Amino acid sequence: MKINQKIFLQFGICIIFFGLIGILINNLTINLIRTGLGFNFSWLFKPASFALAEHPLPYTSSDSYAWALFIGWLNSLKVIVSSLILATLLGTLIGFARTGKNSLLGLISAGYITTIRQTPLLLQLMFWYFVGFLGLKDNMFIQIKNIFNISNQGIEFSGLIFSSEFLALLLGLSIFTSAYIAEVIRGGILSVGRGQWEAFRSLGLSERKGLIRIILPQALPAIIPGLTSQYLNLAKNSTLAIAVGYSDIYAINDTIINQTGRAIECFIILLVSFLLLNLLITNTMEIINRLILKSRKNI
Amino acid sequence: MRRLVSGIVGLAALLAGCATTNQDNSSRLNLIKNRNELICGVSGKIPGFSFLKSDGSYQGLDVDICKAFAAAIIGDSGKIQYRPLTAAERFTAIKTGEIDLLSRNTTFTLSRDSTGGNGLTFAPVVFHDGQGLMVKKESKISSLQDLANKSICVGSGTTTEQNINDAFESASLPYTPIKYQDLNQVVAGYLQGRCSAMTSDRSQLAAARSGFKNPKEHIILDDVLSKEPLAPASDGQDQKLADAMRWVVFSLISAEEQGITKSNIDEKVKIAKNNPQLKPLRRFLGVDGGLGEKIGLSNDFVVKVISSTGNYGEIYERHLGENSEVPIPRGLNELYNKGGVHISPPFN
Repeated sequence: MKINQKIFLQFGICIIFFGLIGILINNLTINLIRTGLGFNFSWLFKPASFALAEHPLPYTSSDSYAWALFIGWLNSLKVIVSSLILATLLGTLIGFARTGKNSLLGLISAGYITTIRQTPLLLQLMFWYFVGFLGLKDNMFIQIKNIFNISNQGIEFSGLIFSSEFLALLLGLSIFTSAYIAEVIRGGILSVGRGQWEAFRSLGLSERKGLIRIILPQALPAIIPGLTSQYLNLAKNSTLAIAVGYSDIYAINDTIINQTGRAIECFIILLVSFLLLNLLITNTMEIINRLILKSRKNI
Repeated sequence: MRRLVSGIVGLAALLAGCATTNQDNSSRLNLIKNRNELICGVSGKIPGFSFLKSDGSYQGLDVDICKAFAAAIIGDSGKIQYRPLTAAERFTAIKTGEIDLLSRNTTFTLSRDSTGGNGLTFAPVVFHDGQGLMVKKESKISSLQDLANKSICVGSGTTTEQNINDAFESASLPYTPIKYQDLNQVVAGYLQGRCSAMTSDRSQLAAARSGFKNPKEHIILDDVLSKEPLAPASDGQDQKLADAMRWVVFSLISAEEQGITKSNIDEKVKIAKNNPQLKPLRRFLGVDGGLGEKIGLSNDFVVKVISSTGNYGEIYERHLGENSEVPIPRGLNELYNKGGVHISPPFN
């Protein structure tokens, strides 16, 4: 009797759920037809006819929209992965400095975290781009033996060229996220009992060794979930690329919407690409988390 | 548990309510009249066309076109809500009905006009523009060829982006486009030296240059990359609104052809009323013929339009004339009988 009731309830909820989705899809299709914009993805294979400043793979304006979107996705990935690494390194260092014994370093990193966290990311990106990189004069190259030079066109490092747009975004995202990561790291470190510190000190381990060998492994399970959500935020924040002229997937989508008028299809593509990207990040972090927990059990 | 179920049912009912689609086919013209306010999409960032003044009012040629529409439809050129839109937002804003019409330096193209494309419809062209390139005088760049392998600042999501690509590709010149979302950023990128040149419609280049510290240090190249007929636009499925808009724009041009201005309109109405033999004038000013009614407006809509904004020439002179802040020679924008291309079909 009770089981029957439960099954009935589940069934009812299923019907309502799928009904709702059905209504929404139906609503969307009717509205699309009403506004003369039937669902259609065939435009994806027409030539894009716009150029891109940055493309990790060969691209010309006669390539298809689909290829342009893929290039945009790669550009996004490039900036996300590199700022992820940079932000983690920077955030970890600042987090350590914030919890460390050196009070001057602690004060500086507290100031850093406060400043960065209290100002909007968009503003910071604009600052790095228009003031930081474009502020460098065209003729004021900083050159070191033809291997490394900086100008307002970007940085050239032994043949590799990074544009100002990419660098501003990289720097802006990394610095912004690092402040949050530093706080996550600090939280993790503080979650480890005071006794552990006293224990390794009494064993004669140095501060640095103790922090890395004793404290950090215990802090990691508390750090990883917070870190994951910061990584996800970073990935999503990368869409602000459009503000500094970097051709990420969002910026390219923007152009395509304007050329084709296919706003809904483009947003669906954008939605799916970010969903996939973020699922990838979440799952990778989940695996790392499990490995850490497992290695702890083995000890 | 019961509460949960009833909650879900309630939510479903609520969503179903939202989901009923609006299939009312009546024109937006009635909606505007009932609302007693016109929602007009503008740029808000281009001096001479639509620009927010320090007193909080919008001014410019595009803004005056909005005023002309409001005067014709509602009878009051002050009842307008301006919506500043970016290039990327503008078409979605029309299609979703967020704005009634767009008067935002939009280029009239096939794909935008067609039902298979953006599904809009365009009013007559209010400004004939062309895409150009601006460079710094000291750079010694004087033609497209000099720009090979250089960076060029472009606004993204515009025909500009496509035109510059077409021009460089057909000349087989490589270049690097640096794309920004709005014109102010394009200008900042150019002024800061990220790009050797910036490209946009020549009118916009002139407008932007007027705000520079040293306007004389920048030159607009002679190369014209495209035709850019800029026209107001509305939803392609609303024939009535499109008709009304079309003839409001023509009335501005026709008034200039006939020498009817803001200052002499009352006098002209008097003349029309007293002289039954002046048939074309009587029809134009709505004394005879009932032309306004045919397009869903009042018969004297021309009088309302001209007395609030003046004719096309007056609007042009006010915002882009020699003594304005953004002087642009009239060129193609003269009347057909003075060497330009503006002409109005007859008001019959």
